[in-house]
Amino acid sequence: MRTDFMTVYWRDMKKFFRSKYVLITSLIQPALWLAIYGLSMSGSFDLINTGTSLRPGFVSVDYLTFMAAGVVSLTILFTCLYSGTYVQFDMQFGLMKEMVASPIKRSHILLGLSLSGLTKALIQTIIILGFGLILGVKYFVGFTILNMLFSVLGIFLFVVLFSMGLMFLALTLGITIEGHDSIQSVITLLTLPLFFASNALYQMNSLPLAIQIASSFNPLSYFINGIRYFSIGQKFYSMGTYYEFGTIDMLVSLAVISIFTIAMYLLAMRAIKRAKMI
Amino acid sequence: MAAPIITVEGLCYNYGKLAAVDNINFSVKKGQIFSFLGPNGAGKTTTINILTTLLPVQIGKITISGFDIKQQPDEVRRCLGIVFQRETLDWNLKVWETLEFHGRLYSIPKNPRKARIDELLQIVELTDKRNEFVKNLSGGMKRRLEIARGLMTRPHILFLDEPTIGLDPHSRMKIWHYIKKVNEEGVTIFLTTHYMEEADQLSDEICIMDKGKIITNGTSEQLKNSLGRDMVYLETANDEKSIRLIQKLPEVTNVRFFSKGLLVDLKAEGAHFIPKIMETIRNERIEVSGINLKKPTLDDVFIYFTGRGLKEENGGIVSN
Repeated sequence: MRTDFMTVYWRDMKKFFRSKYVLITSLIQPALWLAIYGLSMSGSFDLINTGTSLRPGFVSVDYLTFMAAGVVSLTILFTCLYSGTYVQFDMQFGLMKEMVASPIKRSHILLGLSLSGLTKALIQTIIILGFGLILGVKYFVGFTILNMLFSVLGIFLFVVLFSMGLMFLALTLGITIEGHDSIQSVITLLTLPLFFASNALYQMNSLPLAIQIASSFNPLSYFINGIRYFSIGQKFYSMGTYYEFGTIDMLVSLAVISIFTIAMYLLAMRAIKRAKMI
Repeated sequence: MAAPIITVEGLCYNYGKLAAVDNINFSVKKGQIFSFLGPNGAGKTTTINILTTLLPVQIGKITISGFDIKQQPDEVRRCLGIVFQRETLDWNLKVWETLEFHGRLYSIPKNPRKARIDELLQIVELTDKRNEFVKNLSGGMKRRLEIARGLMTRPHILFLDEPTIGLDPHSRMKIWHYIKKVNEEGVTIFLTTHYMEEADQLSDEICIMDKGKIITNGTSEQLKNSLGRDMVYLETANDEKSIRLIQKLPEVTNVRFFSKGLLVDLKAEGAHFIPKIMETIRNERIEVSGINLKKPTLDDVFIYFTGRGLKEENGGIVSN
Protein backbone atom coordinates (compact mmCIF):
# COMPACT_ATOMS: atom_id res chain seq x y z
CA MET A 1 0.00 0.00 0.00
CA ARG A 2 1.27 3.47 -0.80
CA THR A 3 1.70 5.73 2.22
CA ASP A 4 1.98 9.09 0.46
CA PHE A 5 -0.72 10.48 2.73
CA MET A 6 1.74 10.24 5.63
CA THR A 7 3.74 13.12 4.09
CA VAL A 8 0.70 15.40 4.13
CA TYR A 9 -0.11 14.20 7.66
CA TRP A 10 3.45 14.82 8.82
CA ARG A 11 3.38 18.45 7.74
CA ASP A 12 -0.02 19.15 9.25
CA MET A 13 0.81 17.63 12.61
CA LYS A 14 4.09 19.55 12.74
CA LYS A 15 2.15 22.75 12.27
CA PHE A 16 -0.41 21.76 14.90
CA PHE A 17 2.16 21.09 17.59
CA ARG A 18 3.97 24.30 16.68
CA SER A 19 1.06 26.70 16.82
CA LYS A 20 0.97 26.94 20.60
CA TYR A 21 -2.25 28.91 20.84
CA VAL A 22 -4.19 26.45 18.71
CA LEU A 23 -2.71 23.56 20.63
CA ILE A 24 -3.47 24.94 24.10
CA THR A 25 -6.94 26.30 23.34
CA SER A 26 -8.01 23.11 21.59
CA LEU A 27 -7.04 21.14 24.69
CA ILE A 28 -8.57 23.53 27.22
CA GLN A 29 -11.83 24.29 25.44
CA PRO A 30 -13.52 20.89 25.81
CA ALA A 31 -12.47 20.72 29.46
CA LEU A 32 -14.08 24.14 30.00
CA TRP A 33 -17.36 22.95 28.50
CA LEU A 34 -17.46 20.01 30.81
CA ALA A 35 -16.35 22.00 33.86
CA ILE A 36 -18.47 25.12 33.44
CA TYR A 37 -21.55 24.14 31.46
CA GLY A 38 -21.60 20.53 32.64
CA LEU A 39 -21.24 21.20 36.34
CA SER A 40 -23.67 24.14 36.36
CA MET A 41 -26.37 22.36 34.41
CA SER A 42 -26.06 19.11 36.28
CA GLY A 43 -26.89 21.06 39.46
CA SER A 44 -30.36 21.80 38.04
CA PHE A 45 -31.02 18.65 36.01
CA ASP A 46 -30.07 16.20 38.72
CA LEU A 47 -32.96 17.54 40.81
CA ILE A 48 -35.25 15.76 38.34
CA ASN A 49 -33.45 12.48 38.83
CA THR A 50 -33.78 12.33 42.59
CA GLY A 51 -36.61 10.58 44.30
CA THR A 52 -37.71 8.36 41.41
CA SER A 53 -37.71 4.62 41.84
CA LEU A 54 -36.09 2.98 38.84
CA ARG A 55 -37.47 0.28 36.60
CA PRO A 56 -35.44 -2.90 37.01
CA GLY A 57 -32.42 -3.28 34.69
CA PHE A 58 -31.86 0.45 34.28
CA VAL A 59 -28.93 2.46 35.62
CA SER A 60 -29.51 5.99 36.84
CA VAL A 61 -27.12 8.36 35.14
CA ASP A 62 -26.37 11.89 36.31
CA TYR A 63 -26.43 14.78 33.88
CA LEU A 64 -22.65 15.20 33.75
CA THR A 65 -22.25 11.63 32.55
CA PHE A 66 -25.11 12.05 30.10
CA MET A 67 -23.66 15.18 28.53
CA ALA A 68 -20.03 13.97 28.44
CA ALA A 69 -20.79 12.19 25.16
CA GLY A 70 -22.32 15.44 23.94
CA VAL A 71 -19.15 17.35 24.76
CA VAL A 72 -17.10 14.77 22.86
CA SER A 73 -19.33 15.33 19.83
CA LEU A 74 -19.23 19.10 20.20
CA THR A 75 -15.46 19.16 20.38
CA ILE A 76 -15.00 16.88 17.39
CA LEU A 77 -17.56 18.86 15.40
CA PHE A 78 -15.81 22.16 16.06
CA THR A 79 -12.24 20.91 15.71
CA CYS A 80 -12.90 19.14 12.44
CA LEU A 81 -15.11 21.71 10.74
CA TYR A 82 -12.86 24.60 11.69
CA SER A 83 -9.96 22.73 10.06
CA GLY A 84 -11.65 23.87 6.88
CA THR A 85 -10.21 27.32 7.50
CA TYR A 86 -6.65 25.91 7.49
CA VAL A 87 -7.32 24.15 4.21
CA GLN A 88 -8.63 27.37 2.78
CA PHE A 89 -5.46 29.06 3.98
CA ASP A 90 -3.43 26.41 2.11
CA MET A 91 -5.50 27.09 -0.99
CA GLN A 92 -5.15 30.83 -0.71
CA PHE A 93 -1.40 30.81 -0.17
CA GLY A 94 -0.67 28.28 -2.86
CA LEU A 95 0.46 25.49 -0.53
CA MET A 96 -2.23 23.24 -1.93
CA LYS A 97 -0.81 23.98 -5.37
CA GLU A 98 2.52 22.45 -4.37
CA MET A 99 0.75 19.23 -3.40
CA VAL A 100 -1.60 19.11 -6.37
CA ALA A 101 1.24 19.74 -8.85
CA SER A 102 3.18 16.80 -7.37
CA PRO A 103 2.56 13.17 -8.34
CA ILE A 104 0.80 12.45 -5.03
CA LYS A 105 -2.78 11.28 -5.58
CA ARG A 106 -5.66 13.61 -4.71
CA SER A 107 -7.14 10.95 -2.44
CA HIS A 108 -3.91 10.86 -0.43
CA ILE A 109 -4.01 14.63 0.07
CA LEU A 110 -7.53 14.31 1.48
CA LEU A 111 -6.59 11.29 3.56
CA GLY A 112 -3.49 12.95 5.04
CA LEU A 113 -5.35 16.11 5.99
CA SER A 114 -8.29 14.27 7.50
CA LEU A 115 -5.98 11.95 9.45
CA SER A 116 -4.51 15.00 11.14
CA GLY A 117 -8.01 16.19 12.06
CA LEU A 118 -8.72 12.71 13.35
CA THR A 119 -5.58 12.74 15.51
CA LYS A 120 -6.61 16.04 17.07
CA ALA A 121 -10.11 14.68 17.67
CA LEU A 122 -8.75 11.55 19.37
CA ILE A 123 -6.43 13.53 21.63
CA GLN A 124 -9.34 15.74 22.63
CA THR A 125 -11.62 12.76 23.27
CA ILE A 126 -9.06 11.26 25.61
CA ILE A 127 -8.76 14.59 27.45
CA ILE A 128 -12.52 14.94 27.84
CA LEU A 129 -12.95 11.41 29.07
CA GLY A 130 -9.98 11.75 31.44
CA PHE A 131 -11.01 15.15 32.75
CA GLY A 132 -14.57 13.89 33.08
CA LEU A 133 -13.36 11.20 35.48
CA ILE A 134 -11.82 13.89 37.68
CA LEU A 135 -15.10 15.84 37.71
CA GLY A 136 -17.06 12.75 38.66
CA VAL A 137 -18.39 11.35 35.38
CA LYS A 138 -19.23 7.69 35.81
CA TYR A 139 -18.44 5.63 32.72
CA PHE A 140 -18.63 1.91 32.33
CA VAL A 141 -20.75 1.39 35.48
CA GLY A 142 -21.23 -2.32 36.01
CA PHE A 143 -18.98 -3.29 33.08
CA THR A 144 -16.54 -6.19 33.20
CA ILE A 145 -12.92 -5.54 32.22
CA LEU A 146 -13.52 -7.22 28.87
CA ASN A 147 -16.63 -5.09 28.37
CA MET A 148 -14.63 -1.98 29.12
CA LEU A 149 -11.92 -2.85 26.63
CA PHE A 150 -14.54 -3.54 24.01
CA SER A 151 -16.21 -0.21 24.83
CA VAL A 152 -13.00 1.77 24.51
CA LEU A 153 -12.46 0.18 21.09
CA GLY A 154 -16.05 1.03 20.16
CA ILE A 155 -15.63 4.68 21.15
CA PHE A 156 -12.38 4.74 19.20
CA LEU A 157 -14.11 3.36 16.10
CA PHE A 158 -16.95 5.90 16.26
CA VAL A 159 -14.58 8.83 16.81
CA VAL A 160 -12.36 7.71 13.92
CA LEU A 161 -15.22 7.26 11.48
CA PHE A 162 -17.13 10.38 12.43
CA SER A 163 -14.18 12.75 12.55
CA MET A 164 -13.05 11.49 9.14
CA GLY A 165 -16.51 12.29 7.79
CA LEU A 166 -16.47 15.76 9.32
CA MET A 167 -12.95 16.36 8.01
CA PHE A 168 -14.01 15.48 4.48
CA LEU A 169 -16.87 17.96 4.86
CA ALA A 170 -14.43 20.59 6.15
CA LEU A 171 -12.07 19.91 3.24
CA THR A 172 -14.91 20.33 0.77
CA LEU A 173 -15.75 23.69 2.32
CA GLY A 174 -12.12 24.80 2.52
CA ILE A 175 -11.43 23.88 -1.09
CA THR A 176 -14.64 25.32 -2.50
CA ILE A 177 -15.23 28.51 -0.55
CA GLU A 178 -13.07 31.54 -1.26
CA GLY A 179 -12.48 34.17 1.38
CA HIS A 180 -11.70 33.80 5.05
CA ASP A 181 -14.85 35.57 6.27
CA SER A 182 -17.13 33.46 4.11
CA ILE A 183 -15.83 30.15 5.34
CA GLN A 184 -15.97 31.23 8.99
CA SER A 185 -19.62 32.19 8.68
CA VAL A 186 -20.57 29.05 6.74
CA ILE A 187 -18.95 26.84 9.37
CA THR A 188 -20.62 28.73 12.20
CA LEU A 189 -23.95 28.40 10.42
CA LEU A 190 -23.45 24.64 10.00
CA THR A 191 -22.29 23.86 13.52
CA LEU A 192 -25.18 25.58 15.27
CA PRO A 193 -28.10 23.46 13.96
CA LEU A 194 -25.98 20.31 13.85
CA PHE A 195 -25.20 20.66 17.51
CA PHE A 196 -28.48 21.96 18.94
CA ALA A 197 -30.74 19.77 16.81
CA SER A 198 -29.09 16.72 18.30
CA ASN A 199 -29.30 14.78 21.53
CA ALA A 200 -25.98 16.15 22.78
CA LEU A 201 -27.29 18.16 25.72
CA TYR A 202 -30.89 17.02 26.16
CA GLN A 203 -33.26 14.21 25.33
CA MET A 204 -34.98 14.40 22.00
CA ASN A 205 -38.61 13.58 22.78
CA SER A 206 -39.24 16.90 24.54
CA LEU A 207 -38.20 18.86 21.45
CA PRO A 208 -40.62 20.33 18.89
CA LEU A 209 -41.61 17.74 16.30
CA ALA A 210 -39.93 19.57 13.40
CA ILE A 211 -36.61 19.56 15.20
CA GLN A 212 -37.09 15.90 16.14
CA ILE A 213 -37.55 15.01 12.47
CA ALA A 214 -34.57 17.12 11.45
CA SER A 215 -32.56 15.47 14.15
CA SER A 216 -33.27 12.00 12.79
CA PHE A 217 -31.17 13.02 9.77
CA ASN A 218 -28.46 14.48 11.95
CA PRO A 219 -25.36 12.25 11.93
CA LEU A 220 -24.28 13.87 15.19
CA SER A 221 -27.17 12.23 17.07
CA TYR A 222 -26.17 8.81 15.75
CA PHE A 223 -22.61 9.43 16.80
CA ILE A 224 -23.67 10.47 20.31
CA ASN A 225 -25.93 7.42 20.65
CA GLY A 226 -22.96 5.24 19.77
CA ILE A 227 -20.73 6.91 22.35
CA ARG A 228 -23.44 6.56 25.03
CA TYR A 229 -23.93 2.91 24.15
CA PHE A 230 -20.28 2.24 24.82
CA SER A 231 -19.67 4.60 27.75
CA ILE A 232 -22.91 4.20 29.73
CA GLY A 233 -24.63 1.04 28.59
CA GLN A 234 -27.74 -0.21 26.82
CA LYS A 235 -30.35 0.71 29.41
CA PHE A 236 -30.15 3.86 31.48
CA TYR A 237 -32.27 6.55 33.05
CA SER A 238 -31.43 10.23 32.93
CA MET A 239 -33.39 13.47 33.34
CA GLY A 240 -36.70 11.73 33.77
CA THR A 241 -36.34 9.57 30.68
CA TYR A 242 -35.66 5.89 30.22
CA TYR A 243 -33.20 5.10 27.42
CA GLU A 244 -33.00 1.73 25.74
CA PHE A 245 -30.36 1.46 23.07
CA GLY A 246 -29.57 -2.08 22.02
CA THR A 247 -26.75 -3.54 19.97
CA ILE A 248 -28.83 -3.39 16.80
CA ASP A 249 -29.44 0.33 17.35
CA MET A 250 -25.70 0.76 17.78
CA LEU A 251 -25.05 -1.05 14.50
CA VAL A 252 -27.61 1.13 12.75
CA SER A 253 -25.79 4.19 14.11
CA LEU A 254 -22.51 2.77 12.87
CA ALA A 255 -24.01 2.24 9.43
CA VAL A 256 -25.40 5.78 9.29
CA ILE A 257 -22.05 7.27 10.29
CA SER A 258 -20.26 5.11 7.71
CA ILE A 259 -22.62 6.25 4.96
CA PHE A 260 -22.13 9.86 6.07
CA THR A 261 -18.35 9.50 5.94
CA ILE A 262 -18.34 7.84 2.52
CA ALA A 263 -20.69 10.50 1.13
CA MET A 264 -18.47 13.27 2.49
CA TYR A 265 -15.40 11.60 0.98
CA LEU A 266 -17.02 11.53 -2.44
CA LEU A 267 -17.98 15.18 -2.05
CA ALA A 268 -14.43 16.15 -1.10
CA MET A 269 -12.97 14.19 -4.04
CA ARG A 270 -15.30 16.03 -6.37
CA ALA A 271 -14.27 19.35 -4.86
CA ILE A 272 -10.52 18.77 -5.11
CA LYS A 273 -10.80 17.56 -8.70
CA ARG A 274 -12.73 20.67 -9.69
CA ALA A 275 -10.69 23.07 -7.61
CA LYS A 276 -9.12 26.12 -9.19
CA MET A 277 -5.49 26.06 -8.17
CA ILE A 278 -4.39 29.36 -9.58
CA MET B 1 20.40 20.94 -32.94
CA ALA B 2 19.08 19.67 -29.62
CA ALA B 3 15.79 17.80 -29.57
CA PRO B 4 12.72 19.57 -28.20
CA ILE B 5 11.85 18.71 -24.58
CA ILE B 6 8.54 20.60 -24.71
CA THR B 7 6.33 20.79 -27.76
CA VAL B 8 3.06 22.67 -27.75
CA GLU B 9 0.74 22.33 -30.72
CA GLY B 10 -2.50 24.22 -31.29
CA LEU B 11 -3.04 25.02 -27.61
CA CYS B 12 -6.19 26.96 -26.74
CA TYR B 13 -7.61 27.77 -23.34
CA ASN B 14 -10.86 29.60 -22.66
CA TYR B 15 -12.23 31.02 -19.44
CA GLY B 16 -15.86 30.97 -20.43
CA LYS B 17 -15.96 33.07 -23.58
CA LEU B 18 -12.62 34.72 -22.97
CA ALA B 19 -9.79 33.13 -24.97
CA ALA B 20 -6.81 33.36 -22.64
CA VAL B 21 -4.63 31.23 -24.91
CA ASP B 22 -5.47 31.30 -28.58
CA ASN B 23 -3.95 28.56 -30.71
CA ILE B 24 -0.29 28.77 -29.81
CA ASN B 25 2.55 26.58 -31.08
CA PHE B 26 6.10 26.50 -29.80
CA SER B 27 8.82 24.18 -28.70
CA VAL B 28 11.61 24.36 -26.16
CA LYS B 29 14.91 22.66 -26.87
CA LYS B 30 16.58 20.48 -24.31
CA GLY B 31 19.14 22.35 -22.18
CA GLN B 32 17.91 25.79 -23.17
CA ILE B 33 16.94 28.74 -21.06
CA PHE B 34 13.65 29.64 -22.69
CA SER B 35 11.98 32.93 -21.79
CA PHE B 36 8.32 33.63 -22.11
CA LEU B 37 7.59 37.35 -22.19
CA GLY B 38 4.38 39.29 -22.43
CA PRO B 39 2.40 42.04 -20.75
CA ASN B 40 0.11 41.31 -17.81
CA GLY B 41 -2.86 39.25 -18.93
CA ALA B 42 -1.10 38.00 -22.07
CA GLY B 43 -1.80 34.37 -21.16
CA LYS B 44 1.67 33.44 -19.88
CA THR B 45 0.58 32.18 -16.50
CA THR B 46 -2.35 30.27 -18.00
CA THR B 47 0.11 28.57 -20.37
CA ILE B 48 2.45 27.73 -17.49
CA ASN B 49 -0.45 26.39 -15.45
CA ILE B 50 -1.40 24.09 -18.31
CA LEU B 51 2.19 22.96 -18.85
CA THR B 52 2.54 22.17 -15.14
CA THR B 53 -0.78 20.22 -15.14
CA LEU B 54 -2.58 22.65 -12.83
CA LEU B 55 -5.07 23.42 -15.58
CA PRO B 56 -6.44 20.82 -17.99
CA VAL B 57 -5.61 20.84 -21.69
CA GLN B 58 -8.84 22.03 -23.33
CA ILE B 59 -7.69 22.00 -26.95
CA GLY B 60 -4.27 21.11 -28.32
CA LYS B 61 -1.44 18.69 -27.75
CA ILE B 62 1.48 19.03 -25.35
CA THR B 63 4.42 16.67 -25.03
CA ILE B 64 6.91 17.07 -22.21
CA SER B 65 9.97 14.82 -21.98
CA GLY B 66 8.25 12.46 -24.38
CA PHE B 67 5.07 12.13 -22.29
CA ASP B 68 1.70 13.32 -23.47
CA ILE B 69 0.42 15.66 -20.79
CA LYS B 70 -3.19 14.49 -21.19
CA GLN B 71 -2.44 10.77 -21.14
CA GLN B 72 0.41 10.67 -18.62
CA PRO B 73 0.08 13.64 -16.24
CA ASP B 74 1.83 11.82 -13.37
CA GLU B 75 4.91 11.05 -15.50
CA VAL B 76 4.97 14.66 -16.65
CA ARG B 77 4.74 15.89 -13.03
CA ARG B 78 7.81 13.84 -12.15
CA CYS B 79 9.85 15.64 -14.83
CA LEU B 80 9.00 19.14 -13.63
CA GLY B 81 10.25 21.50 -10.98
CA ILE B 82 8.15 24.59 -10.42
CA VAL B 83 8.71 27.95 -8.79
CA PHE B 84 5.38 29.72 -8.76
CA GLN B 85 4.93 33.42 -9.33
CA ARG B 86 3.49 33.98 -5.88
CA GLU B 87 5.38 32.71 -2.90
CA THR B 88 4.08 29.30 -1.86
CA LEU B 89 6.05 28.55 1.26
CA ASP B 90 4.72 27.31 4.57
CA TRP B 91 5.96 29.84 7.09
CA ASN B 92 5.57 27.42 9.97
CA LEU B 93 8.07 24.95 8.57
CA LYS B 94 11.83 25.15 8.91
CA VAL B 95 14.06 25.56 5.87
CA TRP B 96 15.13 21.91 5.72
CA GLU B 97 11.58 20.71 6.39
CA THR B 98 10.32 22.63 3.38
CA LEU B 99 12.67 20.58 1.20
CA GLU B 100 11.97 17.40 3.15
CA PHE B 101 8.23 17.79 2.60
CA HIS B 102 8.72 18.31 -1.10
CA GLY B 103 11.09 15.36 -1.43
CA ARG B 104 8.57 13.14 0.32
CA LEU B 105 5.73 14.34 -1.91
CA TYR B 106 7.78 13.01 -4.82
CA SER B 107 8.68 9.85 -2.86
CA ILE B 108 12.44 10.31 -2.97
CA PRO B 109 13.94 7.67 -0.65
CA LYS B 110 15.35 8.81 2.68
CA ASN B 111 19.11 8.75 2.07
CA PRO B 112 19.20 10.39 -1.35
CA ARG B 113 16.67 12.88 -0.01
CA LYS B 114 18.95 13.89 2.85
CA ALA B 115 21.95 14.18 0.55
CA ARG B 116 19.96 16.24 -1.92
CA ILE B 117 18.80 18.67 0.79
CA ASP B 118 22.41 19.24 1.92
CA GLU B 119 23.57 19.71 -1.63
CA LEU B 120 20.81 22.16 -2.56
CA LEU B 121 21.13 24.24 0.59
CA GLN B 122 24.77 24.63 -0.33
CA ILE B 123 23.98 25.64 -3.92
CA VAL B 124 21.55 28.38 -2.86
CA GLU B 125 23.75 29.31 0.12
CA LEU B 126 21.20 28.61 2.83
CA THR B 127 23.15 25.95 4.73
CA ASP B 128 23.46 28.15 7.81
CA LYS B 129 19.69 28.82 7.72
CA ARG B 130 18.87 25.12 7.71
CA ASN B 131 17.01 25.14 11.04
CA GLU B 132 15.52 28.60 10.65
CA PHE B 133 11.76 29.02 10.30
CA VAL B 134 10.74 30.09 6.80
CA LYS B 135 8.92 33.13 8.20
CA ASN B 136 12.26 34.54 9.42
CA LEU B 137 13.91 34.52 5.97
CA SER B 138 14.33 37.62 3.79
CA GLY B 139 12.50 37.90 0.46
CA GLY B 140 15.59 36.88 -1.50
CA MET B 141 16.27 33.89 0.75
CA LYS B 142 12.66 32.72 0.42
CA ARG B 143 13.00 32.82 -3.36
CA ARG B 144 16.25 30.87 -3.20
CA LEU B 145 14.57 28.30 -1.01
CA GLU B 146 11.77 27.98 -3.55
CA ILE B 147 14.31 27.45 -6.30
CA ALA B 148 16.04 24.79 -4.21
CA ARG B 149 12.67 23.16 -3.68
CA GLY B 150 11.99 23.20 -7.41
CA LEU B 151 15.26 21.34 -7.90
CA MET B 152 14.69 18.72 -5.17
CA THR B 153 13.42 16.15 -7.61
CA ARG B 154 16.21 16.61 -10.18
CA PRO B 155 13.67 17.79 -12.75
CA HIS B 156 14.36 17.79 -16.48
CA ILE B 157 12.66 21.16 -16.69
CA LEU B 158 12.48 23.92 -14.12
CA PHE B 159 9.61 26.38 -14.48
CA LEU B 160 10.34 29.80 -13.03
CA ASP B 161 7.37 32.15 -13.08
CA GLU B 162 8.73 35.66 -12.44
CA PRO B 163 11.52 34.39 -10.18
CA THR B 164 12.98 37.77 -9.22
CA ILE B 165 9.82 39.82 -8.83
CA GLY B 166 10.15 42.31 -5.98
CA LEU B 167 13.78 41.53 -5.21
CA ASP B 168 16.60 44.02 -4.79
CA PRO B 169 19.27 44.11 -7.54
CA HIS B 170 21.79 42.19 -5.47
CA SER B 171 19.41 39.31 -4.71
CA ARG B 172 18.34 39.32 -8.34
CA MET B 173 21.91 38.92 -9.57
CA LYS B 174 22.34 36.02 -7.15
CA ILE B 175 19.23 34.28 -8.45
CA TRP B 176 20.44 34.75 -12.04
CA HIS B 177 23.70 33.17 -11.01
CA TYR B 178 21.88 30.11 -9.61
CA ILE B 179 19.67 29.84 -12.66
CA LYS B 180 22.73 29.77 -14.93
CA LYS B 181 24.47 27.28 -12.69
CA VAL B 182 21.47 24.96 -12.69
CA ASN B 183 21.15 25.27 -16.44
CA GLU B 184 24.82 24.37 -16.92
CA GLU B 185 24.08 21.12 -15.10
CA GLY B 186 21.68 20.25 -17.89
CA VAL B 187 18.30 21.40 -16.56
CA THR B 188 16.11 23.08 -19.16
CA ILE B 189 14.76 26.36 -17.80
CA PHE B 190 11.35 27.78 -18.68
CA LEU B 191 11.28 31.35 -17.48
CA THR B 192 8.63 34.04 -17.48
CA THR B 193 9.59 37.54 -16.50
CA HIS B 194 8.68 41.18 -16.78
CA TYR B 195 12.28 42.25 -16.56
CA MET B 196 13.65 42.46 -20.09
CA GLU B 197 17.15 42.75 -18.76
CA GLU B 198 16.64 39.40 -17.06
CA ALA B 199 15.46 37.71 -20.23
CA ASP B 200 18.32 39.34 -22.15
CA GLN B 201 20.92 38.16 -19.65
CA LEU B 202 19.73 34.60 -19.33
CA SER B 203 17.82 33.39 -22.35
CA ASP B 204 18.90 31.26 -25.27
CA GLU B 205 15.52 31.79 -26.81
CA ILE B 206 12.73 34.29 -26.22
CA CYS B 207 9.09 34.02 -27.06
CA ILE B 208 6.80 37.05 -26.81
CA MET B 209 3.13 36.49 -26.12
CA ASP B 210 0.29 39.00 -26.21
CA LYS B 211 -3.48 38.65 -26.08
CA GLY B 212 -3.24 34.87 -26.04
CA LYS B 213 -1.09 34.59 -29.14
CA ILE B 214 2.61 34.19 -29.76
CA ILE B 215 3.75 37.27 -31.60
CA THR B 216 7.38 36.55 -32.23
CA ASN B 217 10.24 34.38 -31.09
CA GLY B 218 13.98 34.02 -31.53
CA THR B 219 17.23 34.77 -29.76
CA SER B 220 17.64 38.11 -28.08
CA GLU B 221 19.92 39.22 -30.95
CA GLN B 222 17.46 38.13 -33.62
CA LEU B 223 14.63 40.00 -31.95
CA LYS B 224 16.65 43.16 -31.56
CA ASN B 225 17.78 42.97 -35.17
CA SER B 226 14.22 42.45 -36.32
CA LEU B 227 13.46 46.03 -35.26
CA GLY B 228 16.03 47.40 -37.68
CA ARG B 229 19.59 48.26 -37.07
CA ASP B 230 19.32 51.43 -35.06
CA MET B 231 16.79 53.77 -33.56
CA VAL B 232 16.73 57.51 -33.31
CA TYR B 233 14.89 59.31 -30.56
CA LEU B 234 14.01 62.93 -31.20
CA GLU B 235 12.02 65.74 -29.65
CA THR B 236 10.60 68.40 -31.92
CA ALA B 237 8.34 71.43 -31.68
CA ASN B 238 5.70 69.63 -33.79
CA ASP B 239 5.74 65.87 -33.44
CA GLU B 240 2.57 65.28 -35.48
CA LYS B 241 3.97 67.00 -38.50
CA SER B 242 7.43 65.49 -38.05
CA ILE B 243 5.97 61.97 -38.11
CA ARG B 244 4.46 62.55 -41.53
CA LEU B 245 7.77 63.86 -42.84
CA ILE B 246 9.96 61.11 -41.42
CA GLN B 247 7.62 58.30 -42.44
CA LYS B 248 8.23 59.15 -46.06
CA LEU B 249 11.97 58.55 -45.82
CA PRO B 250 12.88 55.19 -47.39
CA GLU B 251 15.33 54.21 -44.57
CA VAL B 252 12.56 54.41 -41.94
CA THR B 253 10.66 51.25 -40.97
CA ASN B 254 8.50 52.67 -38.22
CA VAL B 255 7.83 55.83 -36.23
CA ARG B 256 5.97 56.05 -32.96
CA PHE B 257 5.41 58.34 -30.02
CA PHE B 258 7.77 57.49 -27.20
CA SER B 259 8.37 59.25 -23.91
CA LYS B 260 8.32 63.01 -24.71
CA GLY B 261 9.11 62.66 -28.39
CA LEU B 262 9.33 60.23 -31.27
CA LEU B 263 11.13 56.98 -31.81
CA VAL B 264 12.25 56.15 -35.33
CA ASP B 265 13.20 52.60 -36.34
CA LEU B 266 15.75 52.49 -39.12
CA LYS B 267 17.00 50.13 -41.77
CA ALA B 268 20.10 52.24 -42.18
CA GLU B 269 22.92 52.95 -39.77
CA GLY B 270 21.81 55.67 -37.38
CA ALA B 271 24.95 57.81 -37.13
CA HIS B 272 24.79 58.60 -40.83
CA PHE B 273 21.05 59.05 -40.90
CA ILE B 274 20.75 61.71 -38.18
CA PRO B 275 21.84 64.57 -40.49
CA LYS B 276 19.20 63.54 -43.00
CA ILE B 277 16.44 63.62 -40.39
CA MET B 278 17.59 66.99 -39.12
CA GLU B 279 17.61 68.37 -42.60
CA THR B 280 14.16 67.03 -43.49
CA ILE B 281 12.54 68.49 -40.40
CA ARG B 282 14.35 71.82 -40.50
CA ASN B 283 13.33 72.31 -44.08
CA GLU B 284 9.77 72.56 -42.81
CA ARG B 285 10.93 75.05 -40.15
CA ILE B 286 10.22 72.74 -37.26
CA GLU B 287 12.65 73.13 -34.40
CA VAL B 288 14.45 69.99 -33.12
CA SER B 289 15.05 70.32 -29.40
CA GLY B 290 16.79 66.99 -28.80
CA ILE B 291 18.13 63.97 -30.65
CA ASN B 292 19.68 60.72 -29.53
CA LEU B 293 20.89 57.55 -31.21
CA LYS B 294 19.69 54.31 -29.62
CA LYS B 295 20.64 50.71 -30.16
CA PRO B 296 17.49 48.60 -29.74
CA THR B 297 17.15 46.86 -26.39
CA LEU B 298 14.83 44.02 -25.53
CA ASP B 299 12.60 46.65 -23.93
CA ASP B 300 12.18 48.22 -27.35
CA VAL B 301 11.44 44.84 -28.88
CA PHE B 302 8.83 44.17 -26.24
CA ILE B 303 7.11 47.52 -26.63
CA TYR B 304 7.29 47.28 -30.39
CA PHE B 305 5.59 43.89 -30.51
CA THR B 306 3.09 44.31 -27.70
CA GLY B 307 2.24 47.94 -28.35
CA ARG B 308 0.86 49.30 -31.61
CA GLY B 309 3.25 50.70 -34.17
CA LEU B 310 2.03 53.71 -36.16
CA LYS B 311 2.76 52.20 -39.53
CA GLU B 312 0.66 49.13 -38.84
CA GLU B 313 -2.37 50.74 -37.30
CA ASN B 314 -3.56 54.29 -37.48
CA GLY B 315 -3.26 56.58 -34.54
CA GLY B 316 -1.86 54.11 -32.02
CA ILE B 317 0.16 55.78 -29.34
CA VAL B 318 2.71 54.05 -27.21
CA SER B 319 4.18 55.83 -24.28
CA ASN B 320 6.51 54.33 -21.76
